[in-house]
Amino acid sequence: MLVNSNPATIMTDPEIADATYIEPITPEIVEKIIEKERPDALLPTLGGQTGLNTAMKLVEKGVLDKYQVKMIGADYKAIKKSENREEFKKAMQKIGLDLPKSALARSMEKAKEALETIGLPLIIRPSFTLGGTGGGIAATEKEFEQIAAMGIQNSMINEILIEESIVGWKEYELEVMRDSKDNVVIICSIENFDPMGIHTGDSITVAPAQTLTDKEYQEMRDAAIRIIREIGVETGGSNIQFAVNPKDGRMVVIEMNPRVSRSSALASKATGFPIAKFAAKLAVGYTLDEIRNDITKETPASFEPTIDYCVVKIPRFTFEKFPEAEDILGISMKSVGETMAIGRTFKEALQKGLRGLEVGHSGLDNKKDYKQIPDDKLLNKLKEPNASRIFYIKYAIQKGMTRQEISDITKIDPWFIKNIEEIISLENILSLAVSHKNGRSLDSSLLLKAKQYGFSDKQIADLVERDELSIREQRKSCGIKTTYKMVDTCAAEFEAYTPYYYSTYESEDETRIIKKSARGGSAYGGNKIMILGDGPNRIGQGIEFDYCCCHASFALKELGYETIMVNSNPETVSTDYDTSDKLYFEPLTFEDVMNIVDKEKPQGVIVQFGGQTPLNLAKRLKDAGVPIIGTSVESIDKAEDREKFAKVIKKLRISQPPNGSALSKEDAKKIAKRIGYPVLVRPSYVLGGRAMRIIYNEESLNAFMKEAKEVSAEKPVLIDKFLDDACEIDVDAISDGSVTVIGGIMEHIEEAGIHSGDSACVLPPHTLSDEIIAMIKKYTYAISKELKVKGLINIQFAIKNDIVYILEVNPRASRTVPFVSKATGVPLAKLAAKIMAGKTLKELGFTREIELSHVCVKESVLPFSRFSGVDIILGPEMKSTGEVMGIDQSFGVAFYKSQLAANQMLPVKGKIFISVKNDDKRDIVFIAKRLCDMGFEIIATKGTGKVLASNDIKVQIVGKIKEGDKKILDLISKGDITLIINTPSGTIGHSDMKPIRSLAVNKGISCITTIQGAQAAVNGIESVMKSEISVRPIQEYISAVAAKNR
Amino acid sequence: MINKAKLMLEDGMVFEGASFGAQGERCGEAVFNTSMTGYQEIITDPSYKGQIVAMTYPLIGNYGVNTEDVESRKPFLEAFVIKELSGITSSWRSVKSLGSYLGENGILGIEGIDTRSLTKHIRLSGAMKAIVSTEELDDKKLLDKVKASSGLLGRDLVKEVIEPGISQWNNQGKYKVVVLDCGVKFNILRELVKRSCRVTVVPATMLAADILKLKPDGVLISNGPGDPAAVKYLISTVKNLLGKVPMFGICLGQQILGLAMGGETHKLKFGHHGANHPVKNLKTGVISITSQNHGFSVRMDSLKSDEVEVTHINLNDNTPEGMRHKKLPVFSVQFHPEASPGPHDAGYLFGQFISMMEAKYA
Repeated sequence: MLVNSNPATIMTDPEIADATYIEPITPEIVEKIIEKERPDALLPTLGGQTGLNTAMKLVEKGVLDKYQVKMIGADYKAIKKSENREEFKKAMQKIGLDLPKSALARSMEKAKEALETIGLPLIIRPSFTLGGTGGGIAATEKEFEQIAAMGIQNSMINEILIEESIVGWKEYELEVMRDSKDNVVIICSIENFDPMGIHTGDSITVAPAQTLTDKEYQEMRDAAIRIIREIGVETGGSNIQFAVNPKDGRMVVIEMNPRVSRSSALASKATGFPIAKFAAKLAVGYTLDEIRNDITKETPASFEPTIDYCVVKIPRFTFEKFPEAEDILGISMKSVGETMAIGRTFKEALQKGLRGLEVGHSGLDNKKDYKQIPDDKLLNKLKEPNASRIFYIKYAIQKGMTRQEISDITKIDPWFIKNIEEIISLENILSLAVSHKNGRSLDSSLLLKAKQYGFSDKQIADLVERDELSIREQRKSCGIKTTYKMVDTCAAEFEAYTPYYYSTYESEDETRIIKKSARGGSAYGGNKIMILGDGPNRIGQGIEFDYCCCHASFALKELGYETIMVNSNPETVSTDYDTSDKLYFEPLTFEDVMNIVDKEKPQGVIVQFGGQTPLNLAKRLKDAGVPIIGTSVESIDKAEDREKFAKVIKKLRISQPPNGSALSKEDAKKIAKRIGYPVLVRPSYVLGGRAMRIIYNEESLNAFMKEAKEVSAEKPVLIDKFLDDACEIDVDAISDGSVTVIGGIMEHIEEAGIHSGDSACVLPPHTLSDEIIAMIKKYTYAISKELKVKGLINIQFAIKNDIVYILEVNPRASRTVPFVSKATGVPLAKLAAKIMAGKTLKELGFTREIELSHVCVKESVLPFSRFSGVDIILGPEMKSTGEVMGIDQSFGVAFYKSQLAANQMLPVKGKIFISVKNDDKRDIVFIAKRLCDMGFEIIATKGTGKVLASNDIKVQIVGKIKEGDKKILDLISKGDITLIINTPSGTIGHSDMKPIRSLAVNKGISCITTIQGAQAAVNGIESVMKSEISVRPIQEYISAVAAKNR
Repeated sequence: MINKAKLMLEDGMVFEGASFGAQGERCGEAVFNTSMTGYQEIITDPSYKGQIVAMTYPLIGNYGVNTEDVESRKPFLEAFVIKELSGITSSWRSVKSLGSYLGENGILGIEGIDTRSLTKHIRLSGAMKAIVSTEELDDKKLLDKVKASSGLLGRDLVKEVIEPGISQWNNQGKYKVVVLDCGVKFNILRELVKRSCRVTVVPATMLAADILKLKPDGVLISNGPGDPAAVKYLISTVKNLLGKVPMFGICLGQQILGLAMGGETHKLKFGHHGANHPVKNLKTGVISITSQNHGFSVRMDSLKSDEVEVTHINLNDNTPEGMRHKKLPVFSVQFHPEASPGPHDAGYLFGQFISMMEAKYA
């Protein structure tokens, strides 16, 4: 039985577990599931910190005892020992291991005592939090007080650890596995490029460790084995972190995670050893020698993988989405995704990783001209760790700084810096090969060396002032071929059977190409289809697309195709070596994809499932002769190109909000005047609503035009009439070119103007009339037909005054496809993949739309707690990093569950603080009245309070913070407020409400920022007050749906 | 300036790379080692005499060379083959670069080699004769030379690595251990010292009677290079020691014991060279990740089963990895309990040797 509230995962597919509960992972809900299912055991070590914390609470509540459920993998004592700082310290001292000097504090007084004894600088870490939220490094007494206070607040048990600063030491991780017979193996060692002081999730990391001699590595290995035994993790994987003083080699233990972690996933992909899969087998009693190594088949899993390549992981950040958050890295994690690259050398892997990051770099390139960077800025960028520091290291070298200087400032090991120097040296040689300037041209041995150093064609082209394709041509004509090597766990000592490849430029290629006669005389064939993945997770493009890619692969395998997956994201299922017939762990760039196409010559390439990443490559691939299957590139362009799209809409007589596109400030003003404020503005060719705004007046428009130029220069700014108070609708549909069937119509909870990725939505729609739904369907069919969609299509509509407007059409898999599939039981992505391979909907047996007898709510998960100082207000720019699903018979309960799953606890009693903008004052009356009737006490600001009081609602009024009344902050701090409803207006009230909202985030108090959200919340609260929440596996919902639609 | 170098295998497969370390020309058997760390220990392991060692891990030299991590007085391997030599040494213990260390010791290094391709080739075709040269770059001539070179079979390489005379490694300790040096790794001696042994190192050429005159509590037959069957004098020495003193054989030591007990040895296709081999102790069921370096093995079916039993097996290929005499105080392992490089999991075997000597007192 599986519990997970995340619909975007492969694991919550109904076929994976026997009973799948898409329910909130809280102790209360899990207890209900246990009560119902009566499992023999609970496995808490695979679901990250959430799984671990929930399991711990279940033990503490006596639930596991009551139902006689055994905790397997790691038990309560082991988890406690590793998570509780004091117990961990004792355990380490017992087995003779060194730790940084430290002390625990549960109050500011105790914290100050520790400050006295240990001395500055200090690291402060709150106990029991996710991703190290709320910790920090204090260099001054003032910083110390601030961080310590916040840490005590953030900790689930109000406890912080104060530690000797080992910032700047070398940082290492070991992935360790143990079985029930006490066999322990190390799966992978990881060395962090960024030294201690930067969260490992935010560090560039390298596998295996590069700068440890065998003596030191074995000492670390021995320590890791002692630790897993002493902590008492019975079976499964653990992650253990160490720091080493580069001056004398002193090694200290940092921490241990008694569970699989993000690093385990990375280590699994880096070595080919599937840690989580084996951890599960070990938990039920298998021993390592009883499990076969999938890759070699012949040898057992009781060994230590050895690798013959270098792996580099680079985190992906999204600071541009949170302008208030500073791009400075520290010990709390801020990245939202990562890419992994494999090469024969560090230089090659690093450059591949940088282009795989998909942030506009084609390697360790020269996006900025180093000559233009002032010395003080450069120094600062080296000193303060940040998302682009790797490039500033390059600029520093280019400006003449020595390796030693850079290493002294950054504390990055000179070995890494030397490798960067070597890349620069070759770059300097390459840039001499500009034929029209120096009369020297790029010879083939230099070109080969550049490729071996990981330079992309684009990078080389920029250096020698030629175009990318000509480099590619030269490469091919002089016989420099991309070679593919296998990831095989054993450095070729044994034969490997799983085709898991990475590219490099070596003497031997290992790909096994199955030759079959090509169909229809085309150069491509072999009955195989290539799927382009989604690259690193980012805001706007997450695991939803990985889900779709996996499904495409599964579906095509069912049809008998050989499937080839290309992706660079180690956090995905698509990069599991057994998801597709072949896996290429490669960056998703034109060059890297074309090299694989050259090798494999697939019959078809799918670009629809990996989000914007492959879609952006579609045109170039097509122009290069690659057979793109599914909806044509022309149709994709028709939907994306503003003018072409307007023509389509006009032809189909569908309404669109008045709009225009402007290249200049004057244009923009004219258009805005024509269509009338408010307007929705955004730069074109950007993702996830990047820099999208709602503009109410000309003054703001001016400011925006300036910013837009920075985000996407030379490209027009799109201006739409903003439909105030409109209701937004998302439709996911599938078409085979002649028949179109709607998968799901989702009604957004929040009004138009909040990015669809951040808005909660409900399926089926709950406030739309039959006429409106019929209109939506009609439009969907018409557009799909007009665009000759073959596969999936996502359309966004807005409804205002009973007019259905079309906002956007995406002829590709959307973020909501997994949600719709889980809700309806229809595997949309699988069907779409089969359509692309030539099947019709009729053949696939999906011609009728599904009617549900239950309600599903999708809610977004927001990363605000990671970015201190960022206001939690939602807007047209997407900010969420994930989603959860609530499912039940009624909207109220489904919504309540979705909130619970998103960590927004809706209270059933207590004090509720309300402060809304003027526009919402009429609507809030009814909401407040219902809350009051349900027994809540209402506290409000003056304006809101006055309206409520005049409507006979009992309300306590608090003064404004900026006028000196801090009462509301006190109430929130003390935990007296159980819910905050605060709808912010554009400008006024901002200064007063921001501290309230950020305090709420800090204290983990639910804060609703839209009036629609408040209405839904009231519905939810009402429902759960009426009857107790029940749980049901997704399989039951789906069979009920199937019965209803038979 | 880059100096070209070539690696030619006896079946004609050739790799071109760049030279580092010493210049010149050397023949030997090409083998691969899969350890990701520990190149300094590998280079100074006398068991590699007669071999050209390729590292499967591509980035070598990163932490330089230090004064402590040596396994013998000098490097013995014929040549060292890698993908990329680090342009820097980064370690607080490093005293020099790998390149200059090899150069000073007259060892040829070649970098820029697709060592994975080489490894696959050796895996499929077996370990074979090879030549590394910075002098001769003509393929045909290289091939002739490599074909004319002598292989490992039937060659006594032990004589080429040992030092004459008795030497006292340390002067204190409860147990008097004589180490029959066939090319012993220092870490075997260090492990014995850790366990209160007074260690006397004697050359493999010493006669049994002379060894017994030293009145040892136990004799350790060390690791060493080459074909065990070629070291006839040592086999007879060990035969004469059987039953007279507790004996522990490591690697070549196991093979010599096998031969001395009347068995046979054979050459493996490409052997075991690495630090990740799972070995199961058949008595306890405990699995150790072991350090290994051997190209020959004892044929267990050639030994009398009422006298000798297999105690350890390699879980990768089920080959025997340890044995003991059922009646006499004699046991051995094919892998390296002293590690260096490699995991320390099998260190318990030294304890077993101590217990065996302890039993003599009891």
